[in-house]
Amino acid sequence: MTRKQRRLTLIGCALAVLAIAAGLVLSALRDSIVFFSTPSMVAEKHLGPGKRFRLGGLVEQGSLKRGDNLAVTFTVGDGGATLPVAYKGILPDLFREGQGVIAEGALDGSGVFRADTVLAKHDETYMPKDVADALKKQGHWKDDYGAKPGNMPSASAAPTQGAMR
Amino acid sequence: MIAESGHYALVLALALALIQSIVPIVGARWRDAALMNVARSTALAQLLFVAASFAALVTLHVTSDFSVANVYENSHSLKPLLYKITGVWGNHEGSMLLWVSILALFGGLVAAFGNNLPLSLRAHVLAVQAWVASAFYLFILITSNPFLRIANPPIEGRDLNPVLQDIGLAVHPPMLYLGYVGFSISFSFAVAALLEGRIDAAWARWVRPWTLMAWIFLTLGIAMGSYWAYYELGWGGWWFWDPVENASLMPWLAGTALLHSALVMEKRNALKVWTVLLSILTFSLSLLGTFLVRSGVLTSVHAFATDPTRGVFILLILFVFIGGSLSLYAWRAPALKQGGLFAPISREGALVLNNLLLTTACATVFIGTLYPLALEVLTGEKISVGAPFFNFTFAPLFVPLLLAVPFGPLLAWKRGDLLGAAQRLMVAGIAALVAIALVFAWTYGGATLAPLAIGLAAFVIMGALCDLAERIALFRIPLSLSLRRARGLPRATWGTAFAHAGLGTALIGIVCETTWNSEYIGSMKPDDVARVAGYELRLDGLNPRQGPNFREMVAQFTVTRDGQTVSVMTPSKRNFTTRGASTTEAALLTRGASQLYISLGDASADGTIAVRIYHKPLVLMIWWGPVLMAFGGLLSLSDRRLRVGAPKPAKATARALQAAE
Repeated sequence: MTRKQRRLTLIGCALAVLAIAAGLVLSALRDSIVFFSTPSMVAEKHLGPGKRFRLGGLVEQGSLKRGDNLAVTFTVGDGGATLPVAYKGILPDLFREGQGVIAEGALDGSGVFRADTVLAKHDETYMPKDVADALKKQGHWKDDYGAKPGNMPSASAAPTQGAMR
Repeated sequence: MIAESGHYALVLALALALIQSIVPIVGARWRDAALMNVARSTALAQLLFVAASFAALVTLHVTSDFSVANVYENSHSLKPLLYKITGVWGNHEGSMLLWVSILALFGGLVAAFGNNLPLSLRAHVLAVQAWVASAFYLFILITSNPFLRIANPPIEGRDLNPVLQDIGLAVHPPMLYLGYVGFSISFSFAVAALLEGRIDAAWARWVRPWTLMAWIFLTLGIAMGSYWAYYELGWGGWWFWDPVENASLMPWLAGTALLHSALVMEKRNALKVWTVLLSILTFSLSLLGTFLVRSGVLTSVHAFATDPTRGVFILLILFVFIGGSLSLYAWRAPALKQGGLFAPISREGALVLNNLLLTTACATVFIGTLYPLALEVLTGEKISVGAPFFNFTFAPLFVPLLLAVPFGPLLAWKRGDLLGAAQRLMVAGIAALVAIALVFAWTYGGATLAPLAIGLAAFVIMGALCDLAERIALFRIPLSLSLRRARGLPRATWGTAFAHAGLGTALIGIVCETTWNSEYIGSMKPDDVARVAGYELRLDGLNPRQGPNFREMVAQFTVTRDGQTVSVMTPSKRNFTTRGASTTEAALLTRGASQLYISLGDASADGTIAVRIYHKPLVLMIWWGPVLMAFGGLLSLSDRRLRVGAPKPAKATARALQAAE
């Protein structure tokens, strides 16, 4: 084999692998992307049952109901619309009414969002960014939702509050 | 006072880094040995001052000096000492300080142990290191100063995020950073080679140990992080394809490719241009990881408090270094001479295939991680790409890679014999088929892909052993002779075998855990019994307990199997009063390589508690694999060739340098 042929073999192999990878990426992107929606967006877009997406919003006050054997239902709202959610399992540590939440799953025939995952949050002041953005866009953002613990002004202004908590 | 000295030491380190950025380069231009040697002393002095600065921050945290904002926000006087120390890097500012400290450490190591490097190469390498260091010192001093004071010092701190109050924080970030930042050395070497316009096999010999060291730490760091997430988050998951995890996986994939291509370059003086590009890309991906985690574009447990100016600053650093080095590459790389020819079927060819598959896999992870971000910036549309994407793209690329792994070491350099290699792998192939048949028969009617994957793993492990057996001519010559040969084998050969076997080991763990995981979810009250995978777990009772800075509810389970008591497990639910946050402390029971895993949910008023119990077969092999890989890397690192071999080519280069002059 000449140097040229060897190089061509190499480039041919490389292109083949890249083509396969590109094909995989494109088909995976078509199938498995999970879209993010808030309840108002669900109402607007008329999402049909069975289509997977991520639902984000605030857990409505007083909506959390625990059923038998770890079945829970709650309502997620974004100030505009609300959507009932059903989930079976253990809720994340920081799941609270009135706080932001992200659930993954699909709508069933009766318009209930069947979640198979409810995402854990890691901090009591942490608001999922997607939720915060969506709420801001719809004008339902309150400044204390995502008060960042690390911001200098708030830290120096409210040290006693922090100490008392 | 301590805070101010720490701050001052950091400013001094910046000043030293700026000197180190310029003077050695000028020295190299003027061929002035004295100026070039400045790099050595400034690198060591820089290390000293950063270390002092870091020590100052540790002291502040240990003494709970709440007049410092960073300590106030992340510490509490009742916090155990270990977490006071680890809390130093459990926040944005401190972790960036750890980042530059490690960067300075690596610079210092090159300065201290790089005596066999040609003078101008060392000067260039250290100068490039100083560019990176200066940028990050500026970043810390301008946007993330950990030494800022609060005007009215509070009496108590806000405590560290409870999820981070774990031994994992002591190990995972330093390990990961040693890996990330360790790749800065190969980056600096690559840029130095481009600046000098000269690169040869000796260059690869110097770069390889540094790359290997960074790779070992990164491997362990990722594995440690994965195990931490597994037991701390209470979900029993060990890899979520979370962007932050991907950010560490990308440099690992590129770094693994770099290790292999540097081998070709060292042995055969080929693939030079590619190796230089990989060095640049690997560290660029480490920088990208830092950006993704630290800029706040992603929200996760790793993104501590974030602030947009920081994101913009890191993005700027990213553009300057990645853009700059790639432009330099485009400009200077064609000047680097091509070397060694090889046939497609050869050791080189196998390593090229390895590189091709690893970098392509890395690219798919890159797309999956950044495409949603790019889409959101460009169109405002929000999507999230999750595990299905990565499983679908990553696995098909790794299967051929794993199939090829055993062949690589059995092929000869320059021109290999594929049929011969296949014959020598006969035993491994038979072992794989037996494994498939056994697993298939045992789990008849279950998953079909899983037995095949186990077979692949068996092939990889047995292939690594076959390679060793072949080299010591096992069973073909008397056993004592074989043993003597085994002792005489280069440690790098043993290293390769261990690392490759580790790959197979991890695969077995992954397949078993994802396929034959059994689970029980339900609410239990005292004296209830849950049955999972042949074990009976009886809830004895719930007891409250007071910890140093938390209260917890401990559930006690007695585990029995076939009527015999195995052990007692005590998962708990902790409530941290200061932050008002709670964490789930899972209880783990290890049986061989398998584990029982209990995590608690909420207790309800009627005395029942939500419980999630998993039986995870062979789950520990997921982490034994990386440990084996790292051990293989360590063996390879201790190889004679890398310790004493280096000076010889150095002299050769020195002569070449004189000739060039």
